[in-house]
Amino acid sequence: MKREEAIRLTLLGLAMSAVTALAVITTFILKEGLPVIFRHGPASFLFGSDWSPSAEPPVFGVFAMIAGTFAVTFGALGIGVPVGLGSAIFLSEFAPRRVATILKPALELLAGIPSVVFGFMGMLVLLPFIRTHVGGQGASVLAGSTILGIMILPTVISISMDALRSVPRSYREGSFALGATGWQTTWKVTLPAARPGLVAAVILGMGRAVGETMAVIMVTGNTVQMPKSFLAPVRTLTSNIALEMSYADGEHREALFATGVILFAIIMALNTIANSVGRLGRKRS
Amino acid sequence: MRVPPKVVHVSMLGVLWTVTLAAVFTLVGIVGWVLWHGLPDVTPQFLFSMPAESGAEGGILSVIAGTLFIIVGAVLVATPLGVGTAIYLVEYTRENWVTRVIRYGADCLAGIPSIIFGLFGYVFFVITLGLRWSILSGALTLALMSLPTIIRTAEVALRAVPQGYREVSYALGATRWQMVLRVVLPGALPGIVTGIVLALGRSMSETAAVIFTAGTVLPDRIPTSTGDSVRTLAVHFYLLATEGTAGSQPKAFATAAILVLAILVINVSAYTAMHRFLARYR
Repeated sequence: MKREEAIRLTLLGLAMSAVTALAVITTFILKEGLPVIFRHGPASFLFGSDWSPSAEPPVFGVFAMIAGTFAVTFGALGIGVPVGLGSAIFLSEFAPRRVATILKPALELLAGIPSVVFGFMGMLVLLPFIRTHVGGQGASVLAGSTILGIMILPTVISISMDALRSVPRSYREGSFALGATGWQTTWKVTLPAARPGLVAAVILGMGRAVGETMAVIMVTGNTVQMPKSFLAPVRTLTSNIALEMSYADGEHREALFATGVILFAIIMALNTIANSVGRLGRKRS
Repeated sequence: MRVPPKVVHVSMLGVLWTVTLAAVFTLVGIVGWVLWHGLPDVTPQFLFSMPAESGAEGGILSVIAGTLFIIVGAVLVATPLGVGTAIYLVEYTRENWVTRVIRYGADCLAGIPSIIFGLFGYVFFVITLGLRWSILSGALTLALMSLPTIIRTAEVALRAVPQGYREVSYALGATRWQMVLRVVLPGALPGIVTGIVLALGRSMSETAAVIFTAGTVLPDRIPTSTGDSVRTLAVHFYLLATEGTAGSQPKAFATAAILVLAILVINVSAYTAMHRFLARYR
């Protein structure tokens, strides 16, 4: 039985790989990023909106980028959530069987389109469209929100569909038996029952939008400034890292890791919320 | 005034049809747009010759080779880790705080943005371990990124193998490991392979994590060692699209078409295989 025990321990070791990776990643990002935050003061790093890495002395404030990230993200949710939830409701509750069996896999497959392709489409099609029909230079919060809103669709749709499908059939049957229409059943019975899962879908979609890098760089203009309007260019936290990483060194590079720390904190908070909301939903049903 | 429920139902149905079709058409439209503009420039000569003039001329052979080396390297590292994790979760333990920690780790890892993986891979593999911008650094970074995908799919696959198979195997006097190795793993293999194929696709479409770990150097030959710096298809496309002049746009479209086509083929085969596999045990 010694051999069996050795195998069990080996597998346990392998099973720790994901947690270990998470721990090592967290440690390294914090180790590289935290010193510069404390050297300049957490308040001035978080709430300063001046980012001048080459000034003497350099100034690092990421507030404009935090604002930029949230502007683009909430815009994306404004587009992605109604369309995503609507599609999920349609596909799981109302679509004729044949339509659902074609559209559902199609949407799942499209989750794999690389973000650079979305960004490219945004650059060549969306930016000129905004420039001529809406105004401004094109590269803007609006452009970023639109592209991200499309990109989070597969995530929002597939997780909400899982949530809707885990609502027991008998709930719907009970509602129909009382004479409710299909939409009344969905609105009054199915959606409330699936709420925790739907909230998790929105939060995970939000996480995707906050973390997206390449597509955002290509369409938001990347100017470090507080977002004043939907047509103003902004820079997000992710873009800040990707744009300057290739030439940054010394304290500038540390400041980019510090930007990563802020991003990491936002993402972990969102994951934890999604996780506990999801668990809440499972417990109840 | 109260709108009759029947009217509300019918109009909501119309709204839902519209948003669903809008979602599908937008996503399908993007794929169609890329293929429409890109495929005419995809010629055998483009696929099988080396790039020239920073990619504005010539082909993408060295880029394709670099991409293959990196994504295959990534799954070679991630597969034993991920499948081992899944075997432990499904066959060797019941739900307790250890499994919760393992699942939490995998879930969090899945949610980390690729740019964070890029930062980490840069400071850890490229600098701290001294692997420089190389196939190895890129592959190791992507391995960590694909770990959650492989764990999750392998877990689904293992759980799909009917309990009866395990009982029969025990009844014949097999040890747990013999049962796993001879009965459960062969039964779950198609599902596990699906996860690996999905991880290949995800790695292939990745840009932010590889640009800082595998580098951006455009090689003029097929890489010969894991220490060589390479440019993947996604990175090559990104650089052509953003830094290129108007002259490099046809090449950008053609590269995007190859990328999208490859990922679609990978995903379609993975999903069909998984559906067929799950249907077998239903």
